[in-house]
Amino acid sequence: MAKLVAHMRMVAGVLALAFIIAISAPVSAQQPNMVNPTADAVKEQQLLQQLNTIQGRVTIPDEKSSVLVHPAGREWRQFHTVTLKWIGGISIIGMLVVLVLFYLWRGPMRVRSGYSGINILRFDVLERFVHWLTAVTFVILGITGLNITFGRVLLLPLMGPEAFSAWSEWAKYAHNFLSFGFTLGVLLMFVMWIGRNLPTAADVQWLKQGGGMFDKTNSTHAPAYKFNAGQKILFWIIVFASAAMIVSGFMLLFPFYSGLTVGNMELAEIFHAIVGVLFVALILGHIYLGSVGMEGAFGAMADGNVDLNWAKEHHSLWAKEEIRVDKVKGGAMRPAE
Amino acid sequence: MARMKFLCDADRCIECNACVTACKNEHEVPWGINRRRVVTLNDGKPGERSISMACMHCTDAPCAAVCPVNCFYTTADSVVLHSKDLCIGCGYCFYACPFGAPQYPKVGNFGSRGKMDKCTFCAGGPEADGSKEEFEKYGANRLAEGKLPLCAEMCSTKSLLAGDSDVIAQIYKERVSRRGYGSGAWGWQTAYRESIAT
Repeated sequence: MAKLVAHMRMVAGVLALAFIIAISAPVSAQQPNMVNPTADAVKEQQLLQQLNTIQGRVTIPDEKSSVLVHPAGREWRQFHTVTLKWIGGISIIGMLVVLVLFYLWRGPMRVRSGYSGINILRFDVLERFVHWLTAVTFVILGITGLNITFGRVLLLPLMGPEAFSAWSEWAKYAHNFLSFGFTLGVLLMFVMWIGRNLPTAADVQWLKQGGGMFDKTNSTHAPAYKFNAGQKILFWIIVFASAAMIVSGFMLLFPFYSGLTVGNMELAEIFHAIVGVLFVALILGHIYLGSVGMEGAFGAMADGNVDLNWAKEHHSLWAKEEIRVDKVKGGAMRPAE
Repeated sequence: MARMKFLCDADRCIECNACVTACKNEHEVPWGINRRRVVTLNDGKPGERSISMACMHCTDAPCAAVCPVNCFYTTADSVVLHSKDLCIGCGYCFYACPFGAPQYPKVGNFGSRGKMDKCTFCAGGPEADGSKEEFEKYGANRLAEGKLPLCAEMCSTKSLLAGDSDVIAQIYKERVSRRGYGSGAWGWQTAYRESIAT
């Protein structure tokens, strides 16, 4: 009996084993067909559509080299070689055309009552130093910056490749290092003049009259403190545009610093370039009004003095203040030689 | 003349980095500069692929278009080269390049990157072929000796192909049709605006 049980147990075991083999056999037979070596493989087009960039892992320490394909470089190229040239060309040449037309139509803005012969100090030595620090660095930064975009088209054919490369390399270093001087100048200017550039009630009237700029008879003179509404707008545009230039510029100066990607660098360049060309166009207008556009204005930044009549016409409220203060200051107002 | 291209068969690349090492050795490239690199996608996951990447010698190369001093030129073999005498190290080619090919010998602080260096397709530079000056600036000029780029020549799995576009495309097509799969010619669409139909 025990023998029979043992026999049956063995038969059952064999059957069970056969059954297990029977059900598992088709599985193992299918195994080679189930692994498709390409089914899960990464596809370039798919990755590009999903992310517009392909990034992986590299064994070298240069983290930015882990970007395998970054087609956005082509869009940046389109911006830098085509779009930027149009924006820069239109804004800068457009501003020059507007200024020439304005000069032909309006002429220099004269001091209506003529020179009084009495000078009044408009900008002291520190103010003039800060202005010219900012101005000189701005002009050099502007020219060397424009060289990067327009030099290849305008200067390279004239200078030849070797001379143009030598000039461009110096221009690059000038641009990089003078940026610190410009940053300092703008910071000082901001601290020095912010108090004088807060909006006042007089600014509304000045703006309504367009500052008298568009009155050919030269009879409109809106009252203004040390800075009129136009100058205040200029001040604030300079503050914000400079901040934009400084932030994006320092990103470009320290490329890929603390995790900046190539996409960040491209954006910084686009931002820097657009604000830059518009900034240059704006400052052309400022240079015009401070020199040939307005009689008697340049002295304010040359030796710091303006004529009393000029001050009364263009900055009447400030002139009043100064005349009152002059007794205390003593000697700031003196006859011209 | 030939239209020289690189093609990395990602289904064969085993990420041995021998192409990187061979390139560094052949051209005596300074420390920190990688003319060629191997990027691994989906690392450690199913479908992992490695691709060896360097300058793809693009048709209508973006680096050449954005260079402010126009220091790039394309050879008769469609290899994109540049002059280190003219390069001012501004770094714009790196921003424009879809493949991260341009390399600079210095860290970019204050814009002093030094002269740009990149894969020359083992074709040297503007100096006389095989001259000492050419070697010092750009590395070996194998193409002038009738040899193809070393990275591809010594690739142990023949994953990396370098040579005339039609020839390497044909080799790749035959491989794909024989083995039944292929993840495509990486970068070709971006570099040449064309891909290999497989």
